[in-house]
Amino acid sequence: MGTCMERLYNGIIKENPTFVLVLGMCPTLAVTTSAINGLGMGLSTTVVLIMSNMMISLLRKVIPDGVRMPAFIVIVASFVTIVQFLMEGFVPSLYDSLGLYIPLIVVNCIILGRAESYASKNPVLPSIFDGIGMGLGFTLSLTLIGCFRELVGSGALFGFTVLPETIYTPITIFVLAPGAFFVLSFLTAARNKIMTKKKAPAASGCNEGGCASCGNSSCGGHGAFYKVEPEDQKTEKE
Amino acid sequence: MSENYNISSSPHVRDKVTSSNIMLMVTIALLPATFFGIYNFGMPALINIVLTTATAVLAEFVYEKLMHKDITIGDFSAVVTGLLLALNLPPTLPYWMGPLGAVFAIIVVKQLFGGLGQNFMNPALAARCFLLISFTGKMTYFVYDGVTGATPLASLKAGEAVNTMDMLLGTTAGTIGETSVIAIMVGAIFLLLMGVIDLRIPGTYIVTFVVFITIFGGHGIDAQYITAHLCGGGLMLGAWFMATDYVTSPITKKGQIVYGICLGCLTGLFRLFGGSAEGVSYAIIFSNLLVPLIERVTLPKPFGKGGEK
Repeated sequence: MGTCMERLYNGIIKENPTFVLVLGMCPTLAVTTSAINGLGMGLSTTVVLIMSNMMISLLRKVIPDGVRMPAFIVIVASFVTIVQFLMEGFVPSLYDSLGLYIPLIVVNCIILGRAESYASKNPVLPSIFDGIGMGLGFTLSLTLIGCFRELVGSGALFGFTVLPETIYTPITIFVLAPGAFFVLSFLTAARNKIMTKKKAPAASGCNEGGCASCGNSSCGGHGAFYKVEPEDQKTEKE
Repeated sequence: MSENYNISSSPHVRDKVTSSNIMLMVTIALLPATFFGIYNFGMPALINIVLTTATAVLAEFVYEKLMHKDITIGDFSAVVTGLLLALNLPPTLPYWMGPLGAVFAIIVVKQLFGGLGQNFMNPALAARCFLLISFTGKMTYFVYDGVTGATPLASLKAGEAVNTMDMLLGTTAGTIGETSVIAIMVGAIFLLLMGVIDLRIPGTYIVTFVVFITIFGGHGIDAQYITAHLCGGGLMLGAWFMATDYVTSPITKKGQIVYGICLGCLTGLFRLFGGSAEGVSYAIIFSNLLVPLIERVTLPKPFGKGGEK
């Protein structure tokens, strides 16, 4: 069960798909005009991610390497179609506001990325938890971005007016496209700041391949790599 | 100690010109327009100018203090940014909006990209567009002499007659600093004489704009129509003070001409075919983004490298 918990932590915090991996930017920037939209997009992606991770992990020994991409796409597309019909039937208002971005989940980088880098190489249970972790991380980030944009841009939260017009003039730019970039970059910066503070004493454990091949982006290249590198190796590189 | 001996290779430039000198001269050149704006619109204009400029300087100070950087408020660049932003605001704007724009200009557009010399677009104009998109109603609400009315440029677009003499003097509705062409020209001539700016960018900008308006304006060579377009809106303020910003305009001479042509065409395009009457600020920040490309294309060949064979 250890790996499963580790997968959850990895997806939600350590390798958060939005703030660390910076994957799936298209839906992140486009649909987070309100908290509800962010939450809806995040949850529907989570469902697809869990199901596709499970299915791909089950079929990982059957799918030939040469045609794995088309195979993954077919699997993901089937689940997206199911989710799309379910949303159209049960939450039509959300379906209308997300619009084109539901079918676009098929080509969401997070889903194909997890299929390629995790589910196609690992057993079923950890793959499912990887999907849950990544999905929740995505949902959390999108909801957070949506909350900020909705609050600053229209004075509301989850559709309820929090700051009435009489005391607060909404800064409309935040519900428009530029606002998405502002909020995303500020939240990414804030997350990096917090994680760097936590990680600072443990920065010595650097990847042998140098910063380029290291997954830990929170050190920002300020790790001890250049200090531990022996002198002769350095000259060899040059 | 070690700094004293750390000398770069020649040639060494000896000159009294520094960033703060230039910025101080730009501030002085903006004063005629500023004072005319205060005289024209009264107390609200003064309060807006003071608050916006002060906030710009304060924002720079606080950010640099928090980030443990050198404090650069002495170089007047924040003053210029704040003042330019204030001159681009309507005098009736609520007093907290100008300072909000100033904070956006200094922190988001200038400091987050590395401070003076690193900003990729004009901070004052970026902030103006930020406010214009956020508070469209307030930013396009103009009152002159107690009467709510359209700016001359909006009337011109609607096909109404405008008084060109009033537009030249500046006794019309508009933003605080843009109305008086004469006051702006006084400052611009001062900058030209001091060698802070040259005619290349504003000249090509204005000439291109006139050509564009003549061809596509639908009035042919109509002196009155063209003069009204030249004196209306932020064209003069933009051409002389904002398009010539050192950081966001090309360094190469050929590049500056290309940049001016881009500005003229875009401004004409936005004014004649766009949804709103004014297009100068969007034209300038859009061209700011083209500057790296323009510079790459117009890079001069070093001496001795020869031409193409």
